[in-house]
Amino acid sequence: MNWDWQVVDDFMPRFWDGVLVTLQALAIGTLIAFALGLVWAMAQRSTLVWVRWPVIAFTEFIRNTPLLVQLFFLFYVVPNFGPSMSPLTTGIIGLGLHYSTYTAEVYRAGIDGVPAGQWEAATALSLSKGRTWRAVILPQAIRRVVPPLGNYVVAMLKDSPMIATIGAFDMLGEAQAFSNETFTTEAITVVGVAFIVIAYPASLLIRALERRLVR
Amino acid sequence: MSADTPLQKEPESSQNPPVDGSELIRFDKVTKRFGSNVVLDNLDFSVDSGKHVTLIGPSGSGKTTILRLLMTLLKADEGTIKVNGDYLTHEEKNGKLVPAGEKHIREVRKNIGMVFQQFNLFPNMKVLRNLTEAPVTVLGMSKEAAEERARDLLELVGLTEHIDKYPTQLSGGQQQRVAIARALAMRPKVLLLDEVTSALDPELVAGVLDVLRDIARTTDITMLCVTHEMNFARDISDAVLMFDKGRVLESGPPEKIFGDPEHDRTREFLSAVL
Repeated sequence: MNWDWQVVDDFMPRFWDGVLVTLQALAIGTLIAFALGLVWAMAQRSTLVWVRWPVIAFTEFIRNTPLLVQLFFLFYVVPNFGPSMSPLTTGIIGLGLHYSTYTAEVYRAGIDGVPAGQWEAATALSLSKGRTWRAVILPQAIRRVVPPLGNYVVAMLKDSPMIATIGAFDMLGEAQAFSNETFTTEAITVVGVAFIVIAYPASLLIRALERRLVR
Repeated sequence: MSADTPLQKEPESSQNPPVDGSELIRFDKVTKRFGSNVVLDNLDFSVDSGKHVTLIGPSGSGKTTILRLLMTLLKADEGTIKVNGDYLTHEEKNGKLVPAGEKHIREVRKNIGMVFQQFNLFPNMKVLRNLTEAPVTVLGMSKEAAEERARDLLELVGLTEHIDKYPTQLSGGQQQRVAIARALAMRPKVLLLDEVTSALDPELVAGVLDVLRDIARTTDITMLCVTHEMNFARDISDAVLMFDKGRVLESGPPEKIFGDPEHDRTREFLSAVL
């Protein structure tokens, strides 16, 4: 096997473009997944049937269909009746939405893990609903959910190349295009290494956070 | 059946505005079922302001259910509960009694504080904030006023030096004393005590009971107490209610219930626990 550093060098400009897309997708996708997942988890506990049921149906639907189909749907179908967005924006929303249905399950487990006595004490003190969530339940639930949430960040990183299928060229998308154009293979290897370089420190960070939070 | 045994007890301090002798709690034909199991059966009883009433009886006789109904942790299937003259979970609309909204329930519930068997302190908050959270966010007290009151209450329960600790850093007995202080911080008219020493190691029980005796002696707060500590019940109670199968079997001053009960069932129960 021939390894040509010149090829690597030629790939670099496009590689950094790809890295930027990957990191953007990961960062904003994570924010969406974390925020939206919490909304789903709380809505699924709503006492109002017309809130609870649609949310349960929607999240089950998203969780049980492929991310790729959702990306295609958002990019090719939604513009027919809704907003038309750039490939990157669509990809980020797709990733965030898809993973929000998984983080919702994580939050749900975390919230269910808070003892019933905590809700009872909040009731006994007449704390408002909002205050009970913010000051009592969520701080205790978050602590339990950080490790599993972190795992989904890494999983999302590994799924991020899918957004290249709708034209948002992440690092793997760039590598594949570059390799096809130049009949070389080095770029793919570079990206493989890049994934580890991003994912492994992320795992370490999550573990450090976990240690800090578990008192 | 009534537990209003008027007692010649003078309130010594004014932690709560005294409303001597007036009826503070009234259960009217309250029924509570869990499935086909009738836990409270058409129950009537009342507690006068400032009185200390202890509920005793075999497990499953409905004592704890009464406290949980009062705290609105459970909902009665039938009947009404009045607290300080207001319906707890009902409202009068056009002369008809309808289920009350959340706002009404919250307002009436502010009269009531509860101490749980398992303490239920908020583990994510330090002791001080456990005591100030509700006074600040529910009663609208200033942070300074709430903290000053918290300090006073911690002194009352003998835990001043633990103010900056997290609940998990305290022993069970200390946690329960914090929980008592937390309930008192809301200035409730009624304090519900639900087997507050049952989860404690034996050597920690006395400290908690001493604090409660102190509160019973020095304040005019009304207490409704479910306990297996019969000596404590004898010491602090104005009235003891013996429950069996969701009904009040008999009631009276502690000397009468413990010394000369009318029913064999009471006698059996007491000989089993004493």
